[in-house]
Amino acid sequence: MDIEESRLDGNAAAGLLGEIFPFEMTMVRTLCAACGAMEPAGAEPVYADAPGIVMRCLHCQSVLIKVVHGGGRYWLDLRGVACMQVDER
Amino acid sequence: MAGTAVLGRLTWQVGRVVNSMVETPRVKSLTLELPAWGGHRAGQHVDLRLTAEDGYQAVRSYSIASPPEVGSVVVTVERLDDGEVSPYLVDELRVDDQIEVRGPIGGYFVWEISQGGPLFLVSGGSGIVPLMAMIRHRLAGGSEVPIMLLYSSRSHDDVIYGTELEALAAMEGIRVVQTYTRVQPPGWEGYSRRIDESLLGDVAPPPGERPLIYICGPTALVEGVASSMVALGHEPTRIKTERFGPTGR
Repeated sequence: MDIEESRLDGNAAAGLLGEIFPFEMTMVRTLCAACGAMEPAGAEPVYADAPGIVMRCLHCQSVLIKVVHGGGRYWLDLRGVACMQVDER
Repeated sequence: MAGTAVLGRLTWQVGRVVNSMVETPRVKSLTLELPAWGGHRAGQHVDLRLTAEDGYQAVRSYSIASPPEVGSVVVTVERLDDGEVSPYLVDELRVDDQIEVRGPIGGYFVWEISQGGPLFLVSGGSGIVPLMAMIRHRLAGGSEVPIMLLYSSRSHDDVIYGTELEALAAMEGIRVVQTYTRVQPPGWEGYSRRIDESLLGDVAPPPGERPLIYICGPTALVEGVASSMVALGHEPTRIKTERFGPTGR
């Protein structure tokens, strides 16, 4: 499958991330550790056809978040996110 | 306020199918009755989960078609012939059957009346579903926000919500433009090509009106339309996209 065709939006990660976080992850703003761009997670490109889900930066394509679920566990890699801004509500 | 979810992790609940409606030969709308539903916003989706006898589970996301003003949740599902979930949902699932549901999910690709407009909605195929929730929300909520809907289908037979779209097109403040990319009805004088920049230039509200733009459909359509809209002078921050992957949703 073409990598371009497999690109989805942050929405596609909302279900899996919603199993881990108690807030709506698509509205969380993520600061890219590589380029410093800040966007709502819902706007970031997501690739969901790996064993897990990979969210990349909309601007520099660096990996922001990797999450894998299996065998009753989650593995969450947030190294690509320098900061997350979460609304209080 | 409808849609204010209780803070907490997403959990599954068992819903019951209370109505099933054929939209096209490949598409059905299913009305789900859910025991614990805190309301939703137009544009959000739910996840549906099927469990096989051997324990194998498959989860897919489907946009909610019904407006927040309606208590029930309607999902519109297109059968993808090589799909794992959609053939079951479209061909096998019956009224009174149960299915696991979680949601509502997503807070980004959402429109509420308070956000104003005008709205420019662009969809291909089953990408119409969350946009229809927005249009239904506008009507049910008594809003007069102008809406322009551009909808690309392969043929007239593939048009989802066709009768409703005809009624909408006759309403004040709502315009519907369709394009048929493969087969056109006899005597069709409208667009008969994929959505491109010149087509968008013809039908989109001008950048000066600062429309809120929602684009939903296959990845190629969404990315083509989004970049064309930016090229036409629209602000990227007013463009929201939702791509359906090649495996469908």
